[in-house]
Amino acid sequence: MEEGNLALQYLLSGVTKGSIYAIVAIGFNLIYSATGVLNFAQGEFVMLGGMIAYTLWQFLPLPVAVAASVVLVALIGCALEILFFRKLRRHSILHMIIITMGLSIVIQEAALHVWDEKVRSLPYFTGNEISSVHLFGAAISPQVIWVLGTAVVSVVFLHGFLRYTLQGRAMRACSSNPEAAALAGINISNMRTLSFGLSAALGGLAGCVISPITMTHYEMGAPLAIKGFAAAILGGFGNPMAAVVGGLFVGIVEAFSVSKMPAAYSDVVAFAILLLVLFVRPHGLFGEPTAESLREF
Amino acid sequence: MAKMRQVIFLTAVIASLVAVHLFLRAIGKEYCLTQLTMSVYYAIVVVGLCLVMGYAGQVSLGHGAFFALGGYTTAILTTHDFSRFQHAPWARALRQAHVFVVKQDLFSGQVMNVTPTIAFFAAMSVTFLVACLIGYPALRLKGHYLAMATLGFGLIVNKMLVGSALAGGADGITNVPEWRIAGLLTISGKTALRVQNYYVACGVALVLLLLLRNLVKSRVGRALLAIHDGETAAGAMGINTAGYKLKTFVLSALLAALAGVLFTHYTGGIAPSEAGALKSVRYVTLAAAGGMANLWGGAIVSTIINFFSLRGWFGTYDNAVFGAILIIIISLTPEGPLKPLGIWLRRAWDRCAGTLGNEHGAA
Repeated sequence: MEEGNLALQYLLSGVTKGSIYAIVAIGFNLIYSATGVLNFAQGEFVMLGGMIAYTLWQFLPLPVAVAASVVLVALIGCALEILFFRKLRRHSILHMIIITMGLSIVIQEAALHVWDEKVRSLPYFTGNEISSVHLFGAAISPQVIWVLGTAVVSVVFLHGFLRYTLQGRAMRACSSNPEAAALAGINISNMRTLSFGLSAALGGLAGCVISPITMTHYEMGAPLAIKGFAAAILGGFGNPMAAVVGGLFVGIVEAFSVSKMPAAYSDVVAFAILLLVLFVRPHGLFGEPTAESLREF
Repeated sequence: MAKMRQVIFLTAVIASLVAVHLFLRAIGKEYCLTQLTMSVYYAIVVVGLCLVMGYAGQVSLGHGAFFALGGYTTAILTTHDFSRFQHAPWARALRQAHVFVVKQDLFSGQVMNVTPTIAFFAAMSVTFLVACLIGYPALRLKGHYLAMATLGFGLIVNKMLVGSALAGGADGITNVPEWRIAGLLTISGKTALRVQNYYVACGVALVLLLLLRNLVKSRVGRALLAIHDGETAAGAMGINTAGYKLKTFVLSALLAALAGVLFTHYTGGIAPSEAGALKSVRYVTLAAAGGMANLWGGAIVSTIINFFSLRGWFGTYDNAVFGAILIIIISLTPEGPLKPLGIWLRRAWDRCAGTLGNEHGAA
């Protein structure tokens, strides 16, 4: 294959991975801005999405299975908020963050025991393993288009929701000033639950669309969570749309690193980006330095 | 009075350590001391983490990596064959200085390794540098950047260890030699030395706990508590918040590395899973379960739970148990279970003493 095409192939693979990281990063941001909690269990939502959809697909048509899985994961997200975080208002943020770590392990272990340690994957949404679409001379699987399409649609949907609907505006109000929002008659607790549900639903959807490409495995959550976090930090924490750019960047760098380094080290690249950004520009590419120092997370 | 109480407390601790040994011997399960020794080494990591979490108010998800850093540095230096440098003048000089030691290997060839004592100092220096490098930028920022920075760091260490041939890949390193300290004590997993190693591990942990307790009760400890309660206020009082946080973090990383070195000599090997994110989360779990700002609590809870885990009591639910413990303890008792338990016991004691006193009064 020629040099240019190879680069394009890497780029497309990077954009595919990157759009998943972007979705996870948006999930991080949603929960963080509504509750101030850094949710370490974010990657588990992705894993659960894939796993549940796979199980449902055994006796339901694929679109129904995916939709039902997204709804179920959203409900799990809401349930977690209601069961743990709503009850624990007197706890510090530090305690809450530690609880999300515990949840992450428990969900992972539960998945191991409910399903097993085998790798699963949903069928390709259109076509199969060998069908490919030619795009500017690079051959890509149709599933990649599904992933990209899902990422674009969710970003547009989320942007519209936060900007133009009453609920979305209420959610933004909560994140910028909870007391004032409460005074204006917004039920903050419900908004927090909503943020967990929304973020879980996004994660679940991402888990379904990448399942045919990267497979679903009970341990897949933690690396995704940290890469999603790297993307969120890179974009600037608290800004969901900037997370998209961050996610794409992390994905593309990771994809190109495979051409220069052993594939075993491709994860290292993402984590190195995370460390580098934390050290050099902790407020992210698009964040305001002052806003970050005022804000604790 | 306070001094007296301290002596009584110490005597009680030592007595109970001996009692555990005698009890295990009496029921013919002395082999349990091996897992107990390992648990005590893990407890040193947890105590270090208690400092960071309870006093500096930060979470480190990289303590497994620091443990592995200490262990692997020692393991590589003491097992890697440096004999190809044998005739280089610097190597000869280092041999003279007892940095290198020449041994016979299984095939009666000659191998040249670094002596364990020097390897120990190398491990500590490496950890010190790395901890400063990670901690300095992450701790200047407010909030929980350290958690993420150390999580990323831990994952990098884990992946590098699995990927590198020098560190033995996924198998890790085995056949790490024993460490003879000052010709008296030997850290090794030999059955004959099991009892000695149990007391060495407990001794090290006890000395560290006493030193740290003094540190925590000093001006430094008060400054750290102030930072934990309110960073801005502490800063306004003239406390160098970033400096204290960094020192605490580096100190606790060094404790983790020390535990890693001792553990590696004791078990004779180390595997990359020690640097895994799950291991680090376990340490956080145990520190939280011990009550964070409670060094003794962390040490005791961690030793007990790790012992059961190493004996395989939790079966395939090992990780789930740790996660569940974490959630339950933090949800119910954010201060850790030992403090409320202690208060409850003291109340019960007072009540008993009170009724007894009344009866005496009536009589």
